[in-house]
Amino acid sequence: MNKPLRRIAIFCGLLVLTLLIRDNWLQYVQADELKEDEHNRRVAIERYASPRGDIIVDGKAITSHATTEGDFKYKRTYKDGAMWAPVTGYVSQAFGATQLESIDDGILTGNDDRLFFRNTLDMITGKKREGGNVVTTLNSAAQKAAYDGLKKQGAKGAVVAIEPSTGKILSMASYPSYDPTSIAGSNEAAGEAWNKLQKKNNPDDPMLNRALREVYPPGSTFKVVTAAAALEHGKYDSADEKTDSPLPWTMPGTTTELKNEGNIPCEDATLREALRVSCNTVFGKLGYDLGNAQMLETAKKFGFTEEQFVPVRSSASVFSDGMNDSQVALSSIGQYNTAATPLQMAMVTSAIANNGTLMKPYMVDELQAPNLDTIEKTDPEEMSKPLSADNAQILQSMMETVVEDGTGTNAQIDGVKVGGKTGTAQHGENNSKNPYAWFISYAKADDGSSPVAVAVVIEDDNAVRDDISGGGLAAPIAKNVMEAVIDSKK
Amino acid sequence: MSSTTNPPTHHTSTIGAIGAPSRRNTELALLVFAVLIPVFAYANVGLAINDEVPAGLLSYGFGLGLLAGVGHLVVRKFAPYADPLLLPLATLLNGLGLVAIWRLDQSELLQDIEQAGTAAPRQLMYTAMGIALFVAVMIFLKDHRVLQRYTYISMLGALFLLLLPLVPGLGKNIYGAKIWIQVGSFSIQPGEFAKIVLAIFFAGYLMVKRDALALASRRFMGLYLPRGRDLGPILVVWIVSILILVFETDLGTSLLFFGMFVIMLYVATERTSWIVFGLMMSAVGAVGVASFEPHIQQRVDAWLDPMKEYALSRAGVGGHSEQAQQALWAFGSGGTLGTGWGQGHSELIRFAANSDFILATFGEELGLAGLMALLLLYALIVERGVRTALAARDPFGKLLAIGLSGAFALQVFVVAGGVMGLIPLTGMTMPFLAYGGSSVIANWALIGILLRISDTARRPAPAAPANPDAEMTQVVRP
Repeated sequence: MNKPLRRIAIFCGLLVLTLLIRDNWLQYVQADELKEDEHNRRVAIERYASPRGDIIVDGKAITSHATTEGDFKYKRTYKDGAMWAPVTGYVSQAFGATQLESIDDGILTGNDDRLFFRNTLDMITGKKREGGNVVTTLNSAAQKAAYDGLKKQGAKGAVVAIEPSTGKILSMASYPSYDPTSIAGSNEAAGEAWNKLQKKNNPDDPMLNRALREVYPPGSTFKVVTAAAALEHGKYDSADEKTDSPLPWTMPGTTTELKNEGNIPCEDATLREALRVSCNTVFGKLGYDLGNAQMLETAKKFGFTEEQFVPVRSSASVFSDGMNDSQVALSSIGQYNTAATPLQMAMVTSAIANNGTLMKPYMVDELQAPNLDTIEKTDPEEMSKPLSADNAQILQSMMETVVEDGTGTNAQIDGVKVGGKTGTAQHGENNSKNPYAWFISYAKADDGSSPVAVAVVIEDDNAVRDDISGGGLAAPIAKNVMEAVIDSKK
Repeated sequence: MSSTTNPPTHHTSTIGAIGAPSRRNTELALLVFAVLIPVFAYANVGLAINDEVPAGLLSYGFGLGLLAGVGHLVVRKFAPYADPLLLPLATLLNGLGLVAIWRLDQSELLQDIEQAGTAAPRQLMYTAMGIALFVAVMIFLKDHRVLQRYTYISMLGALFLLLLPLVPGLGKNIYGAKIWIQVGSFSIQPGEFAKIVLAIFFAGYLMVKRDALALASRRFMGLYLPRGRDLGPILVVWIVSILILVFETDLGTSLLFFGMFVIMLYVATERTSWIVFGLMMSAVGAVGVASFEPHIQQRVDAWLDPMKEYALSRAGVGGHSEQAQQALWAFGSGGTLGTGWGQGHSELIRFAANSDFILATFGEELGLAGLMALLLLYALIVERGVRTALAARDPFGKLLAIGLSGAFALQVFVVAGGVMGLIPLTGMTMPFLAYGGSSVIANWALIGILLRISDTARRPAPAAPANPDAEMTQVVRP
């Protein structure tokens, strides 16, 4: 009986061998794949096991952390969360992460490959893993001015401010906003808060980052782009040259007259005058004269039609191609299909203020290791040159006239030269809905350089239609933001 | 078996010479390690989870040490020539199992599960009961051949035990498998005990019938085909396993019993044809049942695509479980060296994390290295069992020892293979490691029987009787 016994022994040995091979396959060959599987909860447990790094504004963290119940140890908290939400986005144990929190997640959690060497050292020395910091370009005074201004209006809206010489984003506010701390956990309260913030339950859509992700018809503020196109394509060489602008003007191919707001002196007005009083006829005809292709070319140089990554993605602003003559005319005064994000209009303003050079907008200055060493630094980068320095200065003088003596007087700042443009964009069928109030502006230092360019948009469902004008609602906010930047530089 | 008229120098037994060392001191030394290792592991878990040496360390170490000590003393007294490895191996596995169960008791996530937080003390109690049964076997089973007398009673007993879970009101359906019965507040898995009783029946039956089965056969295509009437018993066992599979939807037990029978049949008859028959019949049975039994089908589906099963379970589709995928993640996350005691997250497996899936905790926290060591501990138990079978002097002892160790090996394979995703999951547990009274108690009895057989095998042959005629059977060799 011993021969079959020995064979059974071999069989049992084979069973064990099979198990050992399978174990090696699981725990050696497949180990990393299983370990890093996104559905493997250990990945999330590990992610929340140590405090997350901070997002920093003006040298101060605008984020912090708190401990939570359950297997996720730490959650994110935010200081002035609603104000900063368009900058930070959120990171939630239950709902993932967005915007900066998502894009720089690796640095903030400490899992980034660039921290690998450091992490390995820490593992050897027994130190706990820490997250790095994200240092932003934002200016807390400007952000506060922007958010408080929007909040005071109580209407939906957004503000973006840029430093024209570098492209640094100084302020990015959106209203109504939300406090990302409320959804950072994974408990029931966070779930309820999350549901309340969803668009289907909250028509105000507070989680929408209007500064980057909403496109509005830019209305009259787009006239500066049309003016830039006219100057760049040699249609006119000076702000004070009389234009060939009949009044009334019937749009080509139609029997419709293009109307101005009120009885304003637009017949053959100079560019300066036309921008000062915001003549639809002058800029409509100008756009028609230039044609779709030339208008589109200039708009594209300002960043239209492309998504921007700052590094958070912004929606692409729209200037259409293949339009007929009347559509081009309407598009050139910021109507028809033309639509822009607040970021886009801030970029337009900043390019003009920066003597024609558009700097790539960005909001992350630096990524820091846990010990504050710099891992990555963002250098200012030229994005395009939509207009020459001479033409930019012509346009600047026109925009400064608007603030000194036109529709934008509300943005005047004592002792500082300010250029701007108002906009009151119509929308809805037959313009039935309340218009958007726009204001774009920049401040200019004595040496001709510009510390800040800003775009403000407000959508007010409750205001009386006539009351809404960029100068009335939006310009004061722009002024406060510019003042905040100028003051913080002193 | 080899009594001879020649002088004692010509003894031709398969075991060592007369006066072989009892090896009890080896066993004692190994037992010290078998108790100390789990005690260190226990301290390790406490330090990892609560940053302090657990308060129960002394009483736990004392408890395990006492049980092992009692076991050792009883073996020393009643089975002095027994195998020295089996008791330490079982003690070590049982102790490590207790540590892992205690570690899962500490998990916050498992607090809402039945018997959460108190499984370790209960398991210690079951261990005590297991050792008690072990002691009883050692004391009252003076010679394993006594069991031969109860061949047919064993058959009835095994059938009775197997059918118990089907009794209405007594049986308990836990997640689709009907292999438990509920007595008072205790859940009992009669299958674990049936394993041993059935091995006794098979050994007794085959010892009697082995010649008929082996010799009365026709040769066909190189295989010895048994006569139709000798096929009877194997068909009966096959049908019983299929019935278990169908009515209790328990693939593991069915496979275990059938596999054990085929192994014993092969050893008894030395006919390879039985293996071929056995494999064919189990394949036909398993495939046949799996094709119409939804519970088995689902187990197979979960095995083939655990991720899909996980997604279904997460989506709230009833009857699906994410355990299989969670176990795979636990193994993978452990990697080569593991996270260390108490630092893994095997509690994510939730239900049965400390019983059917306890191996995943070892895989995650001790890593590939620790799990391989653990599997080799099991391999050693099997090896000692097979060695006992080889050394046994009587066919009944041989058959019983190989049946028990073969079943043990199959069980380890089926459970570990299931948890590691090698084969579909079954409703059995890792012997000694897993939480569960029936399993621990039955396996201590199994070790007791193996020790008894090995003691008989290694015991020096009694001095030749003065009168050779006094011996019942005399084999005279030329």
